[in-house]
Amino acid sequence: MTFNKKLTAFNTLISKELKRFMRIWIQTLLPPVITTTLYFVIFGSLIGGVIGNMNGVPYSQFIAPGLIMMAIINNSYANVVSSFFGAKFHGNIQEMIISPIPAHIVLLGFISGGVIRGLIVGSLVTLVSLFFTDLRIFSLVIVLSIALLTATLLAIAGFINAYYARTFDGMNIVPVFILGPLTYLGGVFFSIDMLPEFWQQIAQINPILYMVNGFRYGFLGSADIQLLPTFVILILMNIGLYAFALRLLKIGRGILD
Amino acid sequence: MPYALEITNLYKTFNKTTQALRGIDLKIEQGDFFALLGANGAGKSTTINIITSLCRKDSGNIKVFCHDIDKELDKAKECIGLVPQEFNFNIFEPVQEIIINQGGYYGLGKKECIERSITLLKQLELWDKRNVQARELSGGMKRRLMIARAMIHQPKLLILDEPTAGVDIKIRRSMWQFLEEINRQGTTIILTTHYLEEAESLCRNIAIINKGEIVESTSMKQLLNRLGTETFILDSKESVTNLPVSEDFSLKQVDTHTLEVTIDKSRSLNTMFDFFSKNNIKIMSMRNKSNRLEQLFLNLLEGDES
Repeated sequence: MTFNKKLTAFNTLISKELKRFMRIWIQTLLPPVITTTLYFVIFGSLIGGVIGNMNGVPYSQFIAPGLIMMAIINNSYANVVSSFFGAKFHGNIQEMIISPIPAHIVLLGFISGGVIRGLIVGSLVTLVSLFFTDLRIFSLVIVLSIALLTATLLAIAGFINAYYARTFDGMNIVPVFILGPLTYLGGVFFSIDMLPEFWQQIAQINPILYMVNGFRYGFLGSADIQLLPTFVILILMNIGLYAFALRLLKIGRGILD
Repeated sequence: MPYALEITNLYKTFNKTTQALRGIDLKIEQGDFFALLGANGAGKSTTINIITSLCRKDSGNIKVFCHDIDKELDKAKECIGLVPQEFNFNIFEPVQEIIINQGGYYGLGKKECIERSITLLKQLELWDKRNVQARELSGGMKRRLMIARAMIHQPKLLILDEPTAGVDIKIRRSMWQFLEEINRQGTTIILTTHYLEEAESLCRNIAIINKGEIVESTSMKQLLNRLGTETFILDSKESVTNLPVSEDFSLKQVDTHTLEVTIDKSRSLNTMFDFFSKNNIKIMSMRNKSNRLEQLFLNLLEGDES
């Protein structure tokens, strides 16, 4: 397959993914906007008024990057889980397998769909946050690069979840029992300085802590975690999980035979 | 002329115990309309799945238009279009979008895909349904959608795995016409079906697979010639009450106005008509009993059993 043909195939996969989640925007784009609005009303305005400042900024301003990041995490992940599992369930993954598209292009197509949805939802949530807080950007490069790395990582993780899932329940185990707790404990609503020493150490192994704080640094110019380890961890995890996901796709368990 | 498909010594075992294919050898010429027949579980779909990369082989060699699937898989894939047995499209996607996307996977530009999809949708009488979600289509329409999707990249080899299963006779006939037309235009077709009259009327060559082995591979004509007898259904003008007995052929009464005659191929049909004239039985119409291939098929499978 020539480079141009691969590019066309890749564009087709992205276009298919875009149309898929735009067709069901009531399920994909609207809920995170409503949920975030509620978070801002309850935690930002009502409870935030009592809390006052956190890490030197108003509480609503403190939680805004975390809420945006939470939306990116959940939606990048959910998009690939449902899309790839759906392709296995309906059997239309075979459309791609019988065609000459290389496995890495198929994988990149699914990941890109997740990244695009994550970033679109992240942008919508950012717009919502402007109604509730004064959101300033310290470094756009940091904001965009952390958002992109996180969305990519979670999209790959979603692919791996969908690959192993045999039932609809299997799609939900990781988001409910692993991703959700890690996100809430990842410093979206609080600074890890508030935790006892022991739990601060435990929190360091939560990758979502790095995503949230790296993203927060891009907005506020300060965070609980330093930038360099954040970028190193995100880049290494992206490379490692991508290689693993590609290997899985080539093995094709539950897809081939 | 190179073969459209060459399979050599193909083996496949599932779960280390179920031997699905036991050394399949098959050669299909370019432009052929080829029937691959076999009972359920004989190995037809496994063979097709291996050719189309949906299943891995244990050993053996497959060449599609001279492209070895172990060395030039991309080129081999570009030559193949597949209409699988099960519906395998996203039922929530619109009909035309399913076809266009498939073209995109083969690297075809959007404009080209749209143009080709319009032609295919019209040819397969799906044009009015182009914007509806695939789940809204009837069974026959879904089958035709899969044919359209398989044809979008204009494959040189079209493989149809029971394409007319559950399709009514009118639609089946229109699908036959479409397949005959694309075969005339040069597309090599491999067909698996349980409707043996379908294989008999469409295909020029045939292979019968049983328990993972090819038990017969020959031309349809040669295979049918092996039947030493031919069976006809005759409709008589008046009801036949006393069935006469003939020494030249066997005669069976199907109902009061219908007779079934099985006659040796070496005998002239005049013998049969003379007999009916002598016995005052007026024959109004006559047709071949269409299960000739069915009989051979069963003979071959039973032969294998014994």
